[in-house]
Amino acid sequence: MAHVTTVALRPQRHSRIYWLLRDTQILSLRSLKHIKREPDQLAGAVFQPILLIVMFNFLFGGAINTGSHESYINFVIAGIFIENAVLTAITASTSTATDMLTGVIDRFRTLPMHKSAILTGHVVSTLFSVLVGTAVMIGAGFIFGFRPHADFASWLAAIGLTALVTFGLSWVAVLIGLIGKSVEAVQQFGMILILPIIVSSAFVPTQTMPKWLQVFANNQPITQAIDAVRALLLGQPVGDHVRLTLIWFVGIIVVAYIAASVLFRRRTAD
Amino acid sequence: MAASPAISASGLTKSFGKHTVLKDVSIAVPQGSVLALLGPNGAGKTTMLRILTTLDKPDSGQVTVGGYDVVRESREVQSIIGVTGQSASIDEKLTGMDNLVMFGQLHQLSTRDAKARAKQLLEQFDLSDAANKTLKSYSGGMRRKLDLAASLIVAPPILFLDEPTTGLDPTSRVAIWNGIRELVRGGTTVLLTTQYLDEADQLADTITFLNNGRIIAKGTPAQLKAKLGVTRFVVTATSNEDFDKLAALLPSQILATEQRTRTVSFAAVSTSLDGLRSLASLIEQIAVAHIAIDNYSVQQPDLDDVFTQLTSQKDKENK
Repeated sequence: MAHVTTVALRPQRHSRIYWLLRDTQILSLRSLKHIKREPDQLAGAVFQPILLIVMFNFLFGGAINTGSHESYINFVIAGIFIENAVLTAITASTSTATDMLTGVIDRFRTLPMHKSAILTGHVVSTLFSVLVGTAVMIGAGFIFGFRPHADFASWLAAIGLTALVTFGLSWVAVLIGLIGKSVEAVQQFGMILILPIIVSSAFVPTQTMPKWLQVFANNQPITQAIDAVRALLLGQPVGDHVRLTLIWFVGIIVVAYIAASVLFRRRTAD
Repeated sequence: MAASPAISASGLTKSFGKHTVLKDVSIAVPQGSVLALLGPNGAGKTTMLRILTTLDKPDSGQVTVGGYDVVRESREVQSIIGVTGQSASIDEKLTGMDNLVMFGQLHQLSTRDAKARAKQLLEQFDLSDAANKTLKSYSGGMRRKLDLAASLIVAPPILFLDEPTTGLDPTSRVAIWNGIRELVRGGTTVLLTTQYLDEADQLADTITFLNNGRIIAKGTPAQLKAKLGVTRFVVTATSNEDFDKLAALLPSQILATEQRTRTVSFAAVSTSLDGLRSLASLIEQIAVAHIAIDNYSVQQPDLDDVFTQLTSQKDKENK
């Protein structure tokens, strides 16, 4: 480092909204690069969807009676879409916590950038991962006998709802990441997001559960989302499920986004 | 802005809860100069730096960087400063190249410019070979260099460095010192914190000494050392007899004697020709008296000396 040049590089001039979008794009690509650079994460993003399909179809498929004429894979794939969404969204909690608790946040904070892009970047990256994962699952599903009865609009709606669930839960995960005092604590605490998927209609019809558990299982947002996606994929009437999913998750997004923004501003004094 | 200081703080006060970290601190750093904030751990150096770089907000006082208020015009301040904090402020999961390109883009450079600049900096900091490796494979010194490179992306007119060479080997230390000097020659204003007097001595035009959140001394390195430090000429005698003769020599200049190691410390002045003359006469007297010695050395004043001196002065003032 004999010569450190001080060439004046000219920052570009654009509007505020341009920089908000640009910063978000840069930070989203950064989160996606993290997945690429971490062998565990990369394996998780690609193999997790396939593993879920194989596991549920072959392991539980023979034992579970769905109470309908549908094959188990036709029944379970909606649950797996949402499970993959939940598991992927949770990763936003540890990546947010890692950012907040390591030195890199101080550099971001001293740069002339939109600081909120740090959080949005993690959310966009989970959303992207889920969309790729869902495509992988659709492919794997077809190989293992998944035969949907959905028209194009229903497909779009099913994938749209999966994305909505990912988006909402990713903001919840970001919020958890902001609250936690250590990455380990955040990792532990993030696991509560898995609970609703276990007690839902993902893998077994809720009618098989005890009455008291059915009350929870039937009335929580994850079950609504799964039932909506399932009905859309199998060409069944969607009933209230789509409407309730929209209400639940738009509500979750608004609350989690506002709470995360307030907490983030307090933590970073931006 | 030509005559106004690049960095200025007046009446700066900051507390965390009941603990007052900075009390009525004022500094002014002229453009193109280097100020070293010197002080022991917990003196308030890092807090001072965090306020100047918009990371923390002052409780009271006026703080401007490049003429911009650090609280009301933080975005403007952020576009003209480079910051290297104490812990590496880089993304551990990315490669060195990815880090620099990203920070360049966030500095509002075009992707092309950001890439070109990243390549240039990696070369200058001898990191080209590690450019495409993730930070996990970087040594402490490499991280430090990458961190410093990251704060130089837009060749900032004002640079803040928090203990830039703490924990580095001597070679990397000198390399970073040279890099800082080069920047200053190019007109960059630098404010750095350090625990080492020699580092301040090497780099700074002025030193501000912080202790318990207050400025307890300021001046050029030479001024501070002349005023506060004591250079020692330390002689070890060969036998107890020689030691006794040595200890009887020039009693007014003796700072300390130690019978066990047969060592005598004489006060010396190392900053002037007169100091050299008095040292020469001391050496001559030892030679003339035929005192047998094992070894001798000149010990420069260090931070401990200055610090002890300053705190004992403070204690006297308080009484």
